Amino acid sequence: MKKIKCALIGSGNIGTDLIYKIQRSEYLEPVWMVGIDPESEGLKKAAEMGLKTTADGVDGLLPHVKDDGIQIAFDATSAYVHADNSRKLNALGVLMIDLTPAAIGPLCVPPVNLKEHTDKYEMNVNMISCAGQATIPLVSAVSRVQAVDYAEIVATLASRSIGAGTRANLDEFTYTTSGALTKVGGARRGKALAVINPADPPMIMRNTISCITDDEPDQAKITESVLAMIKEVQKYVPGYRLVNGPDFDGKRVTVFMEVEGLGDYLPKYAGNLDIMTAAATRTAEMFAQEILAGTFNPQPVEVA
Amino acid sequence: MTDSMITGDLRGRKVILHDMCLRDGMHAKREQISVDQMVEIATAMDDAGMPYLQVTHGAGLGGNSLQHGFALASNEEYISAVSSRMKQAKVSVLLIPGLGTMDELRSAYDAGARSVHVATHCTEADTSPQHIACARELGMDSTGFLMMAHLNDPKGLAEQGKLMESYGAHTVYITDSAGYMLPADVKARVQALRDVLKPETEIGFHGHHNLGLGIANSIAAIDAGATRIDGSVAGLGAGAGNTPLEVFAAVCERMGIETGVDVFKLTDVAEEIIVPMMDHIVRVDRESLALGYAGVYSTFLLPAKRAAKRYGVPARDILVELGRKKMIGGQEDMIDDTAMTMAKERGLLKAVAG
Repeated sequence: MKKIKCALIGSGNIGTDLIYKIQRSEYLEPVWMVGIDPESEGLKKAAEMGLKTTADGVDGLLPHVKDDGIQIAFDATSAYVHADNSRKLNALGVLMIDLTPAAIGPLCVPPVNLKEHTDKYEMNVNMISCAGQATIPLVSAVSRVQAVDYAEIVATLASRSIGAGTRANLDEFTYTTSGALTKVGGARRGKALAVINPADPPMIMRNTISCITDDEPDQAKITESVLAMIKEVQKYVPGYRLVNGPDFDGKRVTVFMEVEGLGDYLPKYAGNLDIMTAAATRTAEMFAQEILAGTFNPQPVEVA
Repeated sequence: MTDSMITGDLRGRKVILHDMCLRDGMHAKREQISVDQMVEIATAMDDAGMPYLQVTHGAGLGGNSLQHGFALASNEEYISAVSSRMKQAKVSVLLIPGLGTMDELRSAYDAGARSVHVATHCTEADTSPQHIACARELGMDSTGFLMMAHLNDPKGLAEQGKLMESYGAHTVYITDSAGYMLPADVKARVQALRDVLKPETEIGFHGHHNLGLGIANSIAAIDAGATRIDGSVAGLGAGAGNTPLEVFAAVCERMGIETGVDVFKLTDVAEEIIVPMMDHIVRVDRESLALGYAGVYSTFLLPAKRAAKRYGVPARDILVELGRKKMIGGQEDMIDDTAMTMAKERGLLKAVAG
């Protein structure tokens, strides 16, 4: 069966893990890996796994886009270079899946709003952050039952799973995730907290999601909705699990959960990596299915 | 080895004291210190010659949250109320990246803050470059604050401190958040920093009194080259409190270490203002001792006591389990989580079927 050819930009943890996820896809094929350091482990790994590679950044990829039939690109670089990457690739008709906190395009959490974006044939969608992917489904699970005034999430990540880019730009992660709790999660106000824990052996990604509802929470309905949403996310992240709760304390609803990864590029503790790459892959697959069915034909985007 | 280490003679050393009552002390007051109380304490300290006062929510900028509790006023309200009344003292803030942001730092600066502790866990200094650079750009006195420092060895801390210095920190702190360190641990860590940092970069020590060692540890830090010491008058702080600053100032005076503060005025502040406003007497008790003994983040004390009440698992058991699971500052959500898991194991709580 024909597959949609993909380029991966950024050869760090996320980009490298994406190779594994995309290689398993029925609809996607990883063809190019773009880095900036010829010595990077990610580029070496990509070459070993049969991808074409360049260490010249996105400019090293541009001349090959047409000949190699690249239609989807995943950007796992940083918020600062994403805008440039997106502009250049959109101009060639390549659809961008943005895994940086740049958030130029609409924010996407697959079980919450992916269908909206594929219906609109967006040319750039943003995957928010690992914490966003892990927690927004559960904020949405509460807000679809009753109005949520405030959602607050705490994501604790194993130190070894956090790359240099995220560390150096932690505020972008905080801003983008906080914003997405309202825009996608459906809460009126939102706040995201991140903690990086260096314990050895590394701890599995943990998330605590708290919502303050306007009225007394309907305990039975919220519990049912939360459990149903967890099953939905488990379809693409099997290690997405409830640990404690939903706990009800007045108008506060709290869910304690963990995300275990598949152990592709980084070990299983790095569920934060998996939920990001799995969500991005699932998003790309939805677009790919439309492209393969002939209902979506990504066109070059005029440069303003 | 310097002579002082042999003789213990620290006469003539100059040390800058930094009071934490109105930040770390917020933990001990469940964030419920009013603006008026802050102004009363701060003006009395200012009058006693305290050079720096930290004023924010206990968890610093961005601290107002379900995770860390909501204070009676915003950080900006506290900071501007205090800073506008200071004759000589500088107001500082705490910023923990991942919780506080540069936007909040700029806003704190606008409200009158002129010094900041940018705090990371002792192995994660590289999450602070943006914030330290931002503080320097604003012209603030900038500190890199390495929390839970007992969880990293002297060599590791030296590397982390070097990173913070490279981002622009004027001072690097060894922060004994768990009140776990012994004087020799402090000395080794301060020395390791002194060996690698530029001569103009200062070293600080922030102690907690969970093993009753706040003063001894601070003296050990000075002996090894530290020039800045955090504490709080009457020890108002998380766990068994910070190094009690009026006591420390008295010890310094006896030893000939120059702090520039008026000891008797500070003892008046302690006795007449701070002790009367304590909800509980901040001291080494069964639970706060467990923090220091097991190496647990001091701020976990009161939430663990609340979880104990709610789930029927003793606070000491919860704290020891948190230590065993290597939970660090900021993971307050894991206190309830751990208590719930322990309650399930003990047949006190039913799991949700799913």
